[in-house]
Amino acid sequence: MRYDSPLAAVGNTPLVGLPRLSPSSDVRIWAKLEDRNPTGSVKDRPALHMIEQAEKDGRLTPGCTILEPTSGNTGISLAMAAKLKGYRIVCVMPENTSEERRQLLAMWGAEIISSPAAGGSNTAVRVAKELAEQHPDWVMLYQYGNPDNAGAHYATTGPEILADLPSITHFVAGLGTTGTLMGVGRFLRENKPGVQIVAAEPRYDDVVYGLRNLDEGFVPELYDESVLTTRFSVGSEDAVSRTRELLAQEGIFAGVSTGAALHAALGVARKAVTAGQSADVVFIVADGGWKYLSTGVYTAATTEEAIETLHGQLWA
Amino acid sequence: MAIEVRIPTILRTYTDGQKAVEGSGATLAELFADLESRHSGIQERLVDGGELRRFVNVYLNDEDVRFLDGISTKVSDGDNVTILPAVAGGRL
Repeated sequence: MRYDSPLAAVGNTPLVGLPRLSPSSDVRIWAKLEDRNPTGSVKDRPALHMIEQAEKDGRLTPGCTILEPTSGNTGISLAMAAKLKGYRIVCVMPENTSEERRQLLAMWGAEIISSPAAGGSNTAVRVAKELAEQHPDWVMLYQYGNPDNAGAHYATTGPEILADLPSITHFVAGLGTTGTLMGVGRFLRENKPGVQIVAAEPRYDDVVYGLRNLDEGFVPELYDESVLTTRFSVGSEDAVSRTRELLAQEGIFAGVSTGAALHAALGVARKAVTAGQSADVVFIVADGGWKYLSTGVYTAATTEEAIETLHGQLWA
Repeated sequence: MAIEVRIPTILRTYTDGQKAVEGSGATLAELFADLESRHSGIQERLVDGGELRRFVNVYLNDEDVRFLDGISTKVSDGDNVTILPAVAGGRL
């Protein structure tokens, strides 16, 4: 496949069947490999789309500074696009995210402002909103509330999946900004009657909850519960164990949040088997495992040890 | 076989500190009534006026029961039920 530039190569990712993890020939699991995007994550889609729409609206003009709260991937995608397009970028990121993410952001020239671990992404959002008030000339694309985030998936991810697998019955993705689920979910609901849209929400152990913000809960402005059919809450143990299973059984080296999505995909697949229905379940591989190597979850001798290494860290 | 119920820290005073207990029943409501027979006081923390309490999240095999049939959701042996307080900031 040929593209005129690196940015033009965003999207059109492979959809691969997982014969070993699929429960039967009637209930099949499919992985959409979003790690094959230019910076290695699904976030290239919304990042590029948000920048291009802001350029079209005239909100983003040459010389502008982009500001974004991010736990990593969106910042990395924005930083790469900003570098190529000549914008300065400032990312607000929780201090307890992996060293790899910091290096990747720095590599593409992003300036990083650390927000306190307490409150996780919620605190990063709050800090970024404060910075935006102090610097009215900075442009915050704001992935949590920017319709162009979901719009990217409505325009590209959803149509790609339906074209590759017209028999899709379930779509599963992680719940963060909610952009993937809202965008793909709306597209599929309009074009594939009866499709089920399934969210996989990260559930942290008590240690991380202790770090989290006890202020008001934060719901991304993009979130519309009516798009979802159901929602799974996936603990660190299951996320880690599924991430390792995906690697061991199918050879796919994915980030830990992908393990959570796979866990939910296997959950709906098991229900289809029990009900005697056939199913084609698609889940999103949001990124590869590279950025999480330092956690040790891939090389730990046992899943129990892998879970222990991740204890107390944010993984989605 | 029975249904395993994972108990959050905040409710372990009712289970002598146990992280998980076992119970039985055909629905969540029956399961919680069964738990009450051995862990007195726990049912009231989970159920209010015949419905799940607002700030309690219950997951059947990790699936949010509010998207299923709430407290009437059917359960069976071998299922896994997780109870969590609705932590502010942790719930979309």
